[in-house]
Amino acid sequence: MGIIVNGESLELNQRIETVEDLLGHLQLKKKSLIVEHNQTILKMEQHDKAKVTEGDRFEIVHFVGGG
Amino acid sequence: MLKIGKEQFNSRLFLGTGKYPDYDIQKKAVDVSETEVLTFSVRRMNIFDPDQPNFLEKIELNKYRFLPNTAGAKDAEEAVRIAKLANASGLCDMVKVEVIGCPKTLLPDPVETLKATEILLADGFTVLPYTSDDVVLARKLEELGAHAIMPGASPIGSGQGIINPLNLQFIIEQANVPVIVDAGIGSPKDAAYAMELGADGVLLNTAVSGARNPVQMAEAMKLAIEAGRLGYLAGRIDKKTYAVASSPEDGISVGG
Repeated sequence: MGIIVNGESLELNQRIETVEDLLGHLQLKKKSLIVEHNQTILKMEQHDKAKVTEGDRFEIVHFVGGG
Repeated sequence: MLKIGKEQFNSRLFLGTGKYPDYDIQKKAVDVSETEVLTFSVRRMNIFDPDQPNFLEKIELNKYRFLPNTAGAKDAEEAVRIAKLANASGLCDMVKVEVIGCPKTLLPDPVETLKATEILLADGFTVLPYTSDDVVLARKLEELGAHAIMPGASPIGSGQGIINPLNLQFIIEQANVPVIVDAGIGSPKDAAYAMELGADGVLLNTAVSGARNPVQMAEAMKLAIEAGRLGYLAGRIDKKTYAVASSPEDGISVGG
């Protein structure tokens, strides 16, 4: 299954059904982050419900230093 | 006590988190500053390097209120998106609206700042717009319902200090919400001056993170803001053209 994360094309061979699975696969599960799924911003509690499908676009962002 | 929306703060120093030499120095600077508000930006994560450290992991999250900015936004739509992304973290209700309208001076776009402020207020955010020192614009932001007004002292990161104290004074006089002087502060003198003018707080970043000794400068800024605030409350004397002796002029003992 091909998806796009932060502008990068990713080919997923593993079984990934939900955004939670995707974050686990990317080893980002324990991080403070925010996921936008096909331009819809997800709340934390939606991560294990949102389904990942072919061609989905994700933005995974976090807080960085700034003024 | 400084009140912004539902929040209350003892400290009047809002500290940015960008461009410190390293996280240890940054942590020490944040500690000695006694700030209660830390600003952040929202950026893409490097998904190929999941173990990259993040400053949020170094601090006790419940000790601070987070003020994410919308830096990077070029219009209201982008600012609203960034604000919503930040809010989805579950870490904050406040947002610093920052829409840059000029890449060279980094001065804010007044039209897009107004638009973004209006949309985010309607969505229930606690909105602190970063604005120029334009007096009418500051009033219009307040009329929209902004929870605080954050006029710049001078261009972001320039360290030029307060280049138009008269405008800042007008903004402070007319405001019924807190005024936080944001951007351009270079030294403790500038921060104290902002507070003496009657500002409710100061937001700064580079003045501390770029100092030769950021930890020492963080303490200096804390003290300057406290001193400026006390001086404002105490009420300074009027300026006079000529000298007025502070020692009694009669009763002088002259030999013979």
